Amino acid sequence: MATRIRINAAEIIEKVSHLCMDANFNLNEDVLDALRDSYEAEVSPIAKEVFAELIENAKIARECQMPLCQDTGVAVVFVEMGEHVEVTDGHLCDAINEGVRQGYKEGFLRKSIVSNPLNRVNTGDNTPAIIHTEILPGNRLKITFMATGGGCENMSRIAMLTPADGKEGVMNFVIETVKIAKANPCPPIIVGVGIGGAFDYAALLAKKALLRPLGTKHNDPDTAFLEQEMLERINDLGIGAQGLGGWVTALAVHVEWYSCHIASLPIAVNIDCHAHRVKTVVLGNFQ
Amino acid sequence: MPNVIHLKTPLSDGDIVNLKIGDRAVISGIIYTARDAAHKRLVELTDKGKELPFDIRGQIIYYVGPSPARPGKPIGSCGPTTSCRMDVYTPKLLEKGLKATIGKGNRSENVVEAMKKHKAVYFVATGGAAALLAKSVKKAEVIAYEELGAEAIMRLEVENFPIVVANDIYGNDLYKEGVDKYRKE
Repeated sequence: MATRIRINAAEIIEKVSHLCMDANFNLNEDVLDALRDSYEAEVSPIAKEVFAELIENAKIARECQMPLCQDTGVAVVFVEMGEHVEVTDGHLCDAINEGVRQGYKEGFLRKSIVSNPLNRVNTGDNTPAIIHTEILPGNRLKITFMATGGGCENMSRIAMLTPADGKEGVMNFVIETVKIAKANPCPPIIVGVGIGGAFDYAALLAKKALLRPLGTKHNDPDTAFLEQEMLERINDLGIGAQGLGGWVTALAVHVEWYSCHIASLPIAVNIDCHAHRVKTVVLGNFQ
Repeated sequence: MPNVIHLKTPLSDGDIVNLKIGDRAVISGIIYTARDAAHKRLVELTDKGKELPFDIRGQIIYYVGPSPARPGKPIGSCGPTTSCRMDVYTPKLLEKGLKATIGKGNRSENVVEAMKKHKAVYFVATGGAAALLAKSVKKAEVIAYEELGAEAIMRLEVENFPIVVANDIYGNDLYKEGVDKYRKE
């Protein structure tokens, strides 16, 4: 049996604060590789120039510690908490929110959260974060931070298809979502697809699908094939970088699925932009 | 960059008539920032027949809500926001003499028609190239609606701010033509 492990809330605050800045300043290598490959593959001169700008933008952001995009997003935080982990001197969610508060202040990141969606008064510190917590066996605490921008999130969609719609229905819904989105989510995009579960869970799966590193495939060969098929169909749309026309509209399509009701076929598509800001830290026992 | 057009603000009709979709240009001079909340206020003023907080004739509005500036820097990261949210307001500002807007994403039919009518153009800057675009901003000053924070109207002094012409006064639309050219389905 795993030994009990104590993690101080102050450590969580510090790590989350760092994740907020790290994600917004330092584009991950997998995304940079995808941008470089796209620069080579693209035939439209305008779109090619966009890729050159994005690669240069990542360099400037890293060197000057400036946000890649001025929309530094809502803080979406995925927590995998070992059942033998105990947070001391504070609460997990409070610590995460405090980390977001400190990271967005210290990093000169934009505060983009309104407290009430209808009254729309800015909270001033980019909290509250959206926190998804899973309790797992073990004694480690894994925290993944994702900055979710408004432009691409606004173009995401969900639908409850019927089982008869099947694979073709799922594919058509994904392609149509990208087609409707056109230039608005700042292509090149990364497409997260959640299939199955229930209404709520499909959306969560779609977001989780975005966390997987670019260039990796789903473990299940059929799903991996579906990802590839959808990627090709999306790139055939010709939308291109920034929607100005080109061969590369999406850098990747990632699918996650889950069992579902005999009557249902939920499908969710979560679009992320090229400023794909995901960073992870693991606390506790690494063995 | 080959074949780059150099534009200086304020823009004249002479500048505008020469611009065609797909043209790459750099802008130097003054541009004004405004996004959702500021647009709402500007159009409320024009509806009441009141003066705008700046002389809009010949000017360019940039749809942006920058991240906060670090000490000693004029501005934080400042890429464009999605333009279509401003579509409902834009024709009224074009009527008052606004010559160009900078943003990202398609414009509505109403805006395209209003641009033709008032001889105005739509520029796109690369969405998400916000640190790169900040390099072109030399000075930034809030001139109205400071209480709106990132949505306040700022007067930016820019040097070689890079854009592409997406809608010209001849009714051409780069978004439409570009996608038609590369579509394979």
